[in-house]
Amino acid sequence: MFSYYLELALRSLKRSPGLTALMVLAIGFGVAASMTTWSVFRAVSGDPIPWKSSKLFVPQIDMWGPKGRGPDSADNEPPNAMDYTDAMALMHAHRAKLQSAMYQISPSVVPADASKHPINVSGHAVYSEFFPMLDVPFLYGSGWNADDDTQRAAVAVISGKLNDKLFGGANSVGRTLSIEGKDYRVVGVLGHWNPQPRFYDVVNTGGFSIGVEDVFVPFERAIAMGMPNDGNTNCSEIPSESGFVGLQRSSCIWIAYMAQLDDAAAVSGYRSWLDGYAKDQQTAGRFGWAPNNRLRDVPAFLDQQKVVPSDTKVSLLVALGLLIVCLVNTAGLLLAKFLRRSSEIGVRRALGAPRLAIYAQFLTEAGMIGLAGGVLGLLLTGVGVASVSWVLPKDIASLARLDFSLLTLTLLVAVVATTLAGLYPTFRASRVQPAWQLKSN
Amino acid sequence: MTLHPMIAALRRHKAGVVLIALQIALTLAIVCNAVFIIGQRIQRVNRPTGLDESNLFLVSQQWVGAPSGDDPASVDKLDSMQQADLAALRSLPDVASVAPINSLPLLNSSWNGSVALQPGKDLRAGNARTTYYFSDEQVLSTLGLHLVAGRAFTAADVQHQAMHDQRGPSIVIMTKALADKLFPKGDALGKVIYLNGDAAPTTIVGLVERMQVPGVGSWTNSFTWNATLAPTRLNANFSRYAIRAKPGRLAAAMHAATPALYATNPMRVLDDDSVKSFADIRAEAYRADVGMAILMGVVCLILLAVTAAGIVGLTSFWVGQRHRQIGVRRALGARKVDILHYFQMENLVIASVGAVIGLLLAVGLNLLLMKHFEMDRLPVIYVLTGIVVVLALGQGAVFVPARRASNVPPVTATRAV
Repeated sequence: MFSYYLELALRSLKRSPGLTALMVLAIGFGVAASMTTWSVFRAVSGDPIPWKSSKLFVPQIDMWGPKGRGPDSADNEPPNAMDYTDAMALMHAHRAKLQSAMYQISPSVVPADASKHPINVSGHAVYSEFFPMLDVPFLYGSGWNADDDTQRAAVAVISGKLNDKLFGGANSVGRTLSIEGKDYRVVGVLGHWNPQPRFYDVVNTGGFSIGVEDVFVPFERAIAMGMPNDGNTNCSEIPSESGFVGLQRSSCIWIAYMAQLDDAAAVSGYRSWLDGYAKDQQTAGRFGWAPNNRLRDVPAFLDQQKVVPSDTKVSLLVALGLLIVCLVNTAGLLLAKFLRRSSEIGVRRALGAPRLAIYAQFLTEAGMIGLAGGVLGLLLTGVGVASVSWVLPKDIASLARLDFSLLTLTLLVAVVATTLAGLYPTFRASRVQPAWQLKSN
Repeated sequence: MTLHPMIAALRRHKAGVVLIALQIALTLAIVCNAVFIIGQRIQRVNRPTGLDESNLFLVSQQWVGAPSGDDPASVDKLDSMQQADLAALRSLPDVASVAPINSLPLLNSSWNGSVALQPGKDLRAGNARTTYYFSDEQVLSTLGLHLVAGRAFTAADVQHQAMHDQRGPSIVIMTKALADKLFPKGDALGKVIYLNGDAAPTTIVGLVERMQVPGVGSWTNSFTWNATLAPTRLNANFSRYAIRAKPGRLAAAMHAATPALYATNPMRVLDDDSVKSFADIRAEAYRADVGMAILMGVVCLILLAVTAAGIVGLTSFWVGQRHRQIGVRRALGARKVDILHYFQMENLVIASVGAVIGLLLAVGLNLLLMKHFEMDRLPVIYVLTGIVVVLALGQGAVFVPARRASNVPPVTATRAV
């Protein structure tokens, strides 16, 4: 029976090619606009480390107090990064299973080949636990160990890209790299690793980043070498001493922090430890206010930091609006098309076709239009995703891509939405009174 | 022509009427808000920075193994390296002037603080927020800033200090916008202010007409035009130089900058991004806004096209359905133009109902966007223009099927369908 309905649908669509083309075009454009903006939204709102994000936490400590939030701040949100004092206190207490303070660096690297100019690389100064905590994949070697942390060892982990550039892609573990004019031993080369958003340091990267993280060095080594902070520095008061050392003694925030807490008990334990720490600081007179800490997991922190740009959300909203208009349009045209065939329906009904058969016939027709619109939508989505790269900011555009799930979703949305749009017209068609139609002819 | 028979006729196909009206309403609501977004973005992108942007470019570079800048000797060393760079760049034949500077308008890197009228005011509680530009005596000519009162910096004013050094300058030039905020009477020149909660006074020696802050994000909206210029060369392991090329010599000057700096000192990082024309800086800063405007424009075009096509399709169907009735009317003496007007009028009625609902939806959508996405209130003029546009669109779309209806011959009345 289904093939019969398909044939009927094809015939009916061929009878009015203009109207059919119109519906297919509307569905195609509507679906393509939604899917293109969806691909961008999906890319920026995705979970960068889905298997572990609920175990990774960002602690926040209120080292500024109410005065630091400024006169126009409504909420009681503590600063979103850490000063050196508190980051070090948390590191030394070592209350989580794995944890790392980190700050963004942008050192120069001098190629061994003297004819080449020095290059600039970006990266982070981190603790050894950073690598196992974030499941960072290694191509060669591994991260450094806890002794390297405390001994401020001159070791580095580099990206596969930098390894290609400097060592021709060979296993460079044990070789020497000149960072800021000092020699570092390469202990690990990363495999492909480019999590977006950069969940471990949202504050300094703004969420998304075009560049790859090229180099990681031990945190305390970077501090000892005076490797300057390349990210944001926020102060609620002027540091009393100048220089990088002055920054370390100030309450200015420039350090990101992440801790791995495996279960609810660990989380509540960590939370109460944070409160205890803040209370101690209050007793010691460093904080003149009650503890005001936060401990959010990665998804909650990304949400709180508004990592998804509002433009992306507005675009998606507007594109969905466009899809709805296209569906209303299709519903109107299908209604016209189906009711024009009232006499045909009358004959079928008079010959004994039940209402269900009418439903099957017309929903098949609507579904076919949806399928055709979906195929057109696929092509247009391809065009849309491709053109997004020269319309949107580079860091976001590079994330939007066409993949199998997007293609499937495009077809599915087109067919389901068009069938839904066809429901009311089909209902009307099924209500046609056979007697009336036969009489009027 | 009376509306009564028309409305009675519309009652016969309620669903179609409701669907067209709904489509027009949604189109109006979305198009109004989308066009408003486009308008806002265009306005943002077109605002002048206060700089003379042609023939201007920026060089950002980083020294390799530079001194730390934590002790006076290393600060002096950094400064002499910077001075050597400045001398090399200033001696280039295609360069008109050069100023060291920590950032430029639209460049995503800034140093912000507060200005207060009393000493020791808390940093976040100052009288006004400002961004700081640290530069030297050539800053006004290099950036093409327009001095409206007071004087420019002289070579004798210029100090140098480490980047993390918190000492404030003793004199500053500020934008008129910031001066007017601090001194509403317009007598800012020569007045004393306190920067970043400092106890040491700073004197305002000059006012420039306009200068934008570096950031373009919404967080800078409260102080977009509040800029303060300090006569200070900042010493760090990196430096930035704003360079004005001689008229028409921008490309040549940009080309010459990198070799000149390498010749001065090869131990530095200069890459593809290091030499940037201001036009490129501007394009990058507003990329998101231009992209959003283009996206909204495309959505509007698709929407209007789909809605127009929908009206054509449905009206054509109605014309076909009423062939016989049209014939009867013609046979009873109605002129072609009466039939034409009938369909035009019918569309106007439906579109008007749609427009009224659309007006409410447009305002509702705007309120939703205001609540969640930092949108401004939609001005009435956008909605009114939108209404005119959808009504015109409806009339344009209905014309072809309506004319076809008017061409139905009266003899149709006598035939069976």
